[in-house]
Amino acid sequence: MIKVNNVTKKFGSHISLENVSCVFEKNEAIALMGANGAGKTTLIRSIMGYYHPNSGEVLINGLNPAKNRVEVLQHISFVPQLPPPIKLSIEELMQYISVSANVDKELIVHYADEMKLDIKANLSKSFFKLSGGMKQKLLIAISLAKDSDIIIYDEPTANLDPKARDDFYRLLKQNEQEKVLLFVTHRLEEVQDLVNRQIYMDLGKIVSDERV
Amino acid sequence: MKNLYLIAYLDLKESIRAKWFLVYSLVFGGLIALFFIAGVTESQVMGFSGLSRLLLMYIQITIVILPIFILITTVRSISGDRDSHILEYMLSFPISLKQYYWGKIIGRFITVYLPVIFAMVIAVVYGAFKGAEIPWNIFFLYTGLLFAMSATFLGIAFFISSFVKSSEVALGIAFFIWIFLLAFIDIALISLMMQQRVDEGIIIFISLMNPMEIFRVAAISLFDPELTVMGPVAFYILDSVSQTTFVLLSIGYPLLLGLLFAFFGYKIFEKKDLV
Repeated sequence: MIKVNNVTKKFGSHISLENVSCVFEKNEAIALMGANGAGKTTLIRSIMGYYHPNSGEVLINGLNPAKNRVEVLQHISFVPQLPPPIKLSIEELMQYISVSANVDKELIVHYADEMKLDIKANLSKSFFKLSGGMKQKLLIAISLAKDSDIIIYDEPTANLDPKARDDFYRLLKQNEQEKVLLFVTHRLEEVQDLVNRQIYMDLGKIVSDERV
Repeated sequence: MKNLYLIAYLDLKESIRAKWFLVYSLVFGGLIALFFIAGVTESQVMGFSGLSRLLLMYIQITIVILPIFILITTVRSISGDRDSHILEYMLSFPISLKQYYWGKIIGRFITVYLPVIFAMVIAVVYGAFKGAEIPWNIFFLYTGLLFAMSATFLGIAFFISSFVKSSEVALGIAFFIWIFLLAFIDIALISLMMQQRVDEGIIIFISLMNPMEIFRVAAISLFDPELTVMGPVAFYILDSVSQTTFVLLSIGYPLLLGLLFAFFGYKIFEKKDLV
């Protein structure tokens, strides 16, 4: 489903990914780990089509994500590590997502309710004025409401309290079938029950890839 | 197409809520109000009076301040979104880069053009209410000039925004371009060339390549069809083209320039890493 083939990505003289190859298949839940600067985010961004690799290629269902971004991103849900300071109101953000990605707004509200976030009371509020936890809950609700085969989470629980983390993992358990789940995480113990594959990266390379 | 309109609509809504838009609208609306309070319409200088004089003063001030307003408020649109990781999230949805980029441009164009044109419309309506004669030819010329000027500087701003990684650098470049067009070409470069006895035709050609200069000349061309206030330069311009052609050129050339910059900006945006 996701095929990373000998990908090298450089920024100036710094090599962020060096000849990285891996394949992620359906029903795999992967914990992507490594120290800061190991290349995890670069790998994620290459999969999302944000970066053009210096060599090698990334294919999502056989398509290049940079060249066929619309087709590829229909199948991907993504939650970044830190919620960006989007100035749109929640209602506008939901409109953006609903029109561009064909996501049912009611489903976003449903998952937000499950995450104990009352969206309806905050519809006119700017997204960036919500608390860190509320923002993250909304982004998680959106990612679950979007009908995707690939879900990519970059440290999604960083802003969540323990109760919200439990809600998140419970919802994820219910939604992981027939998908690729990719977690960038520093806390393996949190996702240990969820993942069936662990990848360690260091200095732009995959140093260990184990199925558990 | 629905995504293009969506991006334009949301950018427009977001901009209208922003504080810079309030300041921007107040500046241009305030200018018109100030002219009425100061009695500009009742004064007569060099034969220009009433609403014509008010519109001339308005366009002359607008030619100087509109470019910098557009540049500093727009130049950060893509680079700022990239800086703050907004782009990373918003582009994680299936929207083509073409729709995102041009949608942003359309939304931002409406935002920057509406207040300047609206201030002028208010002036005309209020002037008519006070019994002044409405100079429709000047009004339509200025509508076209403001349209072209907004397009030019919006195109330049998006071009800068597409390749600059940090919004601080983008701001710096925007200021430089404004100063360069406003002062360097007009005063420093032209003076230097005159001192070096460069051919007058070349000097005038370089001068009119500057969109701010062409706007300035076009703005007075209806009041002064012979361009006598410009001295000998008028001979070169009017010898080369008729007044009507010059007016069309003063709208068409900057519009094309803006579109070209916007297009090159898009090409860079498409080819570069997005975040």
